[in-house]
Amino acid sequence: MRQTIKLKVNGVERQDDVEPRMLLVHYLRDRLNLTGTHVGCDTGQCGACTVLLNGEAVKSCMVLAVQANGAEVSTVESLARGTEYHPVQQAFWDMHGLQCGFCTPGMMMAAVGLLKRNPNPTDDEIREQLEGNLCRCTGYQNIVAAVRSAAEKMQSTPAAAPVTAGASGE
Amino acid sequence: MYSGDFAYYAPTSLGEMLTLLNNAKPEVKVLAGGQSLIPLLKLRLASPATLIDASQVPDLRMIADSGNTITLGAMTTYFQAIDSPLVQQRCPLIIQALRQVGDPQVRARGTIGGSLAHADPAGDLPAVAMALDAEIHAVSSNGERSIAAANFFTDVLTTALQPNEVLKSVSFTATDQPATGTAYVKHRHPASGYAVVGVAAVVRLGADGTCQEARVGITGAGAHAARARGVEQALAGKTLDEAALDAACASAADGLDLMSDTYASDEFRAHLTRVLAKRALAEAASRAHSQA
Ligand SMILES: Cc1cc2nc3c(=O)[nH]c(=O)nc-3n(C[C@H](O)[C@H](O)[C@H](O)COP(=O)(O)OP(=O)(O)OC[C@H]3O[C@@H](n4cnc5c(N)ncnc54)[C@H](O)[C@@H]3O)c2cc1C
Ligand code: FES
Ligand code: FES
Repeated sequence: MRQTIKLKVNGVERQDDVEPRMLLVHYLRDRLNLTGTHVGCDTGQCGACTVLLNGEAVKSCMVLAVQANGAEVSTVESLARGTEYHPVQQAFWDMHGLQCGFCTPGMMMAAVGLLKRNPNPTDDEIREQLEGNLCRCTGYQNIVAAVRSAAEKMQSTPAAAPVTAGASGE
Repeated sequence: MYSGDFAYYAPTSLGEMLTLLNNAKPEVKVLAGGQSLIPLLKLRLASPATLIDASQVPDLRMIADSGNTITLGAMTTYFQAIDSPLVQQRCPLIIQALRQVGDPQVRARGTIGGSLAHADPAGDLPAVAMALDAEIHAVSSNGERSIAAANFFTDVLTTALQPNEVLKSVSFTATDQPATGTAYVKHRHPASGYAVVGVAAVVRLGADGTCQEARVGITGAGAHAARARGVEQALAGKTLDEAALDAACASAADGLDLMSDTYASDEFRAHLTRVLAKRALAEAASRAHSQA
């Protein structure tokens, strides 16, 4: 029994018929071809599938597409403005916050979510808040450095933090 | 991973939800934050024919001051509870425990009601519900009833809720009285983050500094959350020094139906229960002193 969902993805209104059992991550990747959102574990452990749902970082393999009906979703593809990187993307580049890059989209979306809740985190808070995201390559040091660097930049130039999707909350 | 097929409804009122619960094709399951249910669906450990999404029901979303208690609607997310000034002020124990649940993505989706209704033996909030003498408010088309936390958790993943009942809200005893302190201490499973053992403690001191009341909730150790009544009784009237805590907490694991798995044997769980009960009580007592 298919259901019609209406939602806003990266600022674009979408309407689609989906099976209720379709996961949000599959809707984004397979229907909308937004393949920046990765599937690492599919069991809620790795965070590679992290997107913003109404402004909050969530694991899109743990949300049904039908649960996103009426919501705003932002994926990693929404971060850059044309050729201009989001401060979090720029910081991952500058601080070498990645190696293979598989975890990176989820890491960056989790970082965007954490900086919304806590714009000026300590290193310990960054580590704690990235608990839901696993990386097999970097050893995390440069990821933490990247988030710290992004936080500093976003504090000094708040306008440099696009990602508009909705207020946090419900 | 795809789950089995199911029919999905997102009712917009409690009345509509209760009617669906009675009339939809069984097995019917309520979907809250999905952070426990969706993995079960994907692994096909649960294959309900019908899912009823509770997220659009306004009656299940509220945070209210109710005098001696505060009441949280079932669909309050962990983040909403953590961010609530009322909860921070009147039930800091809830905050301390919820900050330790899973990770931020889980705390954004997971709900108070889902956590209690799921009754994971390693869940954090059940210990807090025990220590704060929570009342769980359930509603069905036959009306409402309240269930004391002590009678709510009945077995692994099993509660006193009936299949046609919705967990509507939960009232937690407020602890913002003078000379009262609380603490939640957890030994985290290194991979899953769940509590191998978690202990929630409430301590109220008298004018002479002795323990007037202690309430201790334990999760992770046994099949379901439990009160450590023996410890509570042993502490009544005592000065909460090292020796008194040691003596009382020696019995913290008594009477628990201890679980055993590859990470933690029943013996290790019993040991953790005693050690963490002492730490939680010491931390709660020190907070109670500073509130005196
Ligand atoms: C990676 C990860 C780590 C986690 N770590 C922890 C942890 O450290 N500690 C911890 O405590 N938990 C942890 N969890 C579980 C998390 O807390 C869940 O959110 C919680 O157990 C269930 O809440 P939910 O709102 O997601 O419920 P759901 O998954 O939607 O539902 C769970 C069950 O409760 C029933 N239910 C839900 N709401 C109601 C209602 N109002 N009335 C009747 N029945 C209802 C459902 O039918 C279902 O059977 C973790 C989960 C994940 C994915
Ligand atoms: S793919 Fe979603 S958490 Fe790993
Ligand atoms: S960069 Fe390879 S998994 Fe993180």
